[in-house]
Formats: sequence, structure tokens, C-alpha cells
Amino acid sequence: MISLSFVDTLLLMFSAIIIENFIFSKFYGCCPFLGVSEKTDTALGMGMAVTFVITLSSAVTWIVYYGILVPLKLEYLKTIAFILVIAALVQFIEMFLRKFVPALYSALGIYLPLITTNCAVLGSALVNIQNNYNFITSVCYGFAAALGFTLAIVVFAGVRQRMEYSEPPRAFKGFLLTLIAAGLVAMAFSGFSGVSL
Amino acid sequence: MKEILITVIIFAGLGALFGAILAIASKIFTVKVDERVPQIMENLPGANCGGCGFSGCSALAEAIARGDAKPDACSVCDSESAKKIGAIMGIEVGEKKRMRAQVMCSGHGGAAKKKYAYSGAPDCIAAERLGGGDKLCPNGCIGLGTCVSACPMDAISVVNGVAQVDYKKCEGCGVCVAACPKHIIKLIPFDAAHWVGCMSVENGANTRKQCDSGCISCRLCEKNCEYGAITVNDFVARIDYSKCVNCGKCVEKCPRHIIWSAHKENGNLVIVRTE
Repeated sequence: MISLSFVDTLLLMFSAIIIENFIFSKFYGCCPFLGVSEKTDTALGMGMAVTFVITLSSAVTWIVYYGILVPLKLEYLKTIAFILVIAALVQFIEMFLRKFVPALYSALGIYLPLITTNCAVLGSALVNIQNNYNFITSVCYGFAAALGFTLAIVVFAGVRQRMEYSEPPRAFKGFLLTLIAAGLVAMAFSGFSGVSL
Repeated sequence: MKEILITVIIFAGLGALFGAILAIASKIFTVKVDERVPQIMENLPGANCGGCGFSGCSALAEAIARGDAKPDACSVCDSESAKKIGAIMGIEVGEKKRMRAQVMCSGHGGAAKKKYAYSGAPDCIAAERLGGGDKLCPNGCIGLGTCVSACPMDAISVVNGVAQVDYKKCEGCGVCVAACPKHIIKLIPFDAAHWVGCMSVENGANTRKQCDSGCISCRLCEKNCEYGAITVNDFVARIDYSKCVNCGKCVEKCPRHIIWSAHKENGNLVIVRTE
């Protein structure tokens, strides 16, 4: 298992946010990226909910993998196991927040059920296992990747809000223009891809 | 075979474990919800139009249950539903009148004169910021359809340069009233027979220059109304619907033909403007 120094962990986190951005270079979580990016405040809400869930699920899936699957030699079933764990975890978090942190629940409430099937959550859990990260690094990577997701979705929501006031040709109107804009924003981020840390 | 069996058992066990944890958690973390909220929800239209000022029907239901909103705060639901909600809350609710939105402007076609050619973003709020829009009249319909996109019932369209409400679809929620940057959409009783299609507060001479069909505050309607229902204040005529008896005398007398009429034909509202 890889254990990274403090500086290396910071570099890994920076790279997860900017260089290997979940949406723009890995194409994880495109569904909420296109679906909940009409306004910056809802995009921020979604980003915060994803950050919350990915950080927790990175920790829990790591424990499940090395605590249950590895001793039983069931590593090949990690995808199914992680889906199960994430779905249960999201449900649990929803109930917990509703009881103890109602303010956070009302802010994130409607986004939490959506995250159950968010591939970015599963993706970060699988990347952690593939790269042999230890527990601390896994949680840090998950948190940073989710911050990258938040950055991407908020930036894109800003672009979409500006687009509302433009008058595109009729053939481009609606979802098509959204996809083209998403591609252009992704191209801007691809400028970071040559950076090696 | 044995391996498969063990795997299946382990995963079934994991699923059962998570299920059990969630079941216990749902018992521990139950939140007491006011039982009146779902009851109130049943009597609300569920269209989430936002006309009440809350983010949706469920938010209004919670506000009513808390006592932050009146039982008849929903402008869309009829008086029967409002009474039912009042009964749930134990509050008496009076008779509720059905309202409809009316765009108070008659500057159709070329009637309203323009001061410049606007070619910016197709939105009334954007145009309004550019010297108050392209019309000379400070209270004329800009006609770029901010209300059209605001209307949750899809009831408004721009016809001949002025927004027009489809009364079959209008529920009187008032979202357009708040959306219009010119504040020229008003809620009037659904069966109101007459209304003044002008909101211009300029004096008669100026209105004449700005629009071919604006109220010039000649007071002919006021003088001829036997019931004192129509009065001219701030250079524009207004009808008091608590006094109006739908006689239609003001419509005949108006020299600018800006008092519109509506009558029911086979249950549908037919709008007429005497030319």
C-alpha cells in the first residue's frame, strides 16, 4: 500500500482538483454536471452534497474493501459491494442529517437521493483501490476529487447562467448548446493536463 | 460451487446487515412531522407555481401549518380548498374570488410610439434598464415576454407587441404580476366585465404624443359612471370592482377606446375592444 508524505498528499489533492478533474478529464459524474447546473446556487448545493458523500464513502469503502473483501478473497466483487455500501450510506446520512442537522438537510436534502447513483462517488472509491492508497490518502483524494467536481459544476453553472441571456441560432438552442459549452469548458481545463507534479 | 455459495451468502448477509442498520436508524432518527402538513398538501394544487411567494406547494403547506401563512394564501386553489385548509387549521376562511391576470396596455401594433430600436437581449428587464424600454410611454408593455417565461401555466403569449393572457389557462397565481418590470399586469376578478387597458401616468398631452391608445384623463368615463366605480387619478382611469355593476357606459363614452370588455359565451371568456 502506498503511504504518501504530507507534501505528496497535498500535491495529489491539487492534481485531483485541477489536473485530473473528475468531470473534465475523467468524465465521471456528467449526469448531475449537466442536470443540476442551471443556477450557481443549486450547483453549489449539489457540489457540497457530493463533497460530503464522497469524503465519507471513500472512508467507508476503504474499510469495507480491506476489512471484508480482501480477507474473504472477494476483491473481484468490489463494484457491487461498493454500490451497496454507497446506497446504504447515503440513505443513512439523509436520515442522520434530518434528525440532527436540519439546516444542512434542508440545504442538501433534495440532492442527497440523487447522489446514490452518482458515478463520481463509485469512481473515487474504485480509484482509491486501484491506486493502492492507504486510508488517509483515500479520504484526502476523495475530498479533493469532490472539490474538483464542485469547482467544475459551479464554473459551468456560471457559464450557463450567462448563456440564458444570449440569443443562439435556433438549431443550437437548449441541450445541444449546453453540451457544446461543456466541451469548451472542458477544453479550457485540458490546458492543465500537461502539468506534472 | 462452494465458492459461489459462500459469496452469495456473504453478499446476502451484507445486504441484510445494511438493511437492518437502515431500519434501526429510521426508527432512531424519526423526525416528528406535523401531520397537518400532508393534509394541507392534499388541498393545494401541487403545481409549484410559486405565486404565494414560497418555493413550492410543500413549503406553503409547512408555512400554513406553522401559522406563518394564511390558509387562503394560495391564489390558485378555489375557495372550497381554501375552506378545507382553514378547517384543518381551525381558522374560518371567507369566500375567495377567482382572479385572472390582465395586461393593462392597449399599445398593440404601432399604437405605442417607439423612442429607439432595441436590439439587445430579448428580455423585458434588460430592455427596461436601457432607458425604460423602447416605448415612449413609461408604462407600456415592452412585449419581450418576461411574463411569458415566468408564467407557470404557460398562459401568456405576446400578440401584436403586447402580452396577452389566455384565460382558459390562467389560474390567477400572480407570478407574472411580480415578474413584469413595468408593473402593468394586474389581478382582476375573473368575471370582471370591463377594465382600463392603460396604466400611463403621463398627463393627457404627453400621452397623446406617446401612444395612439392611451388614457388622456379626459374624465368622460368618470362623469358618466352613475355608480362612482370608475375614477381618474394620476392621469389614468381605474375601476373599483366593488362598485362596478358591468353597465358598460364607460366603454361607450371612452374616446380612446381603451376600456376593454369581456363577456361569457358558452362558458368561455370573450374579450372585446370597441374600435
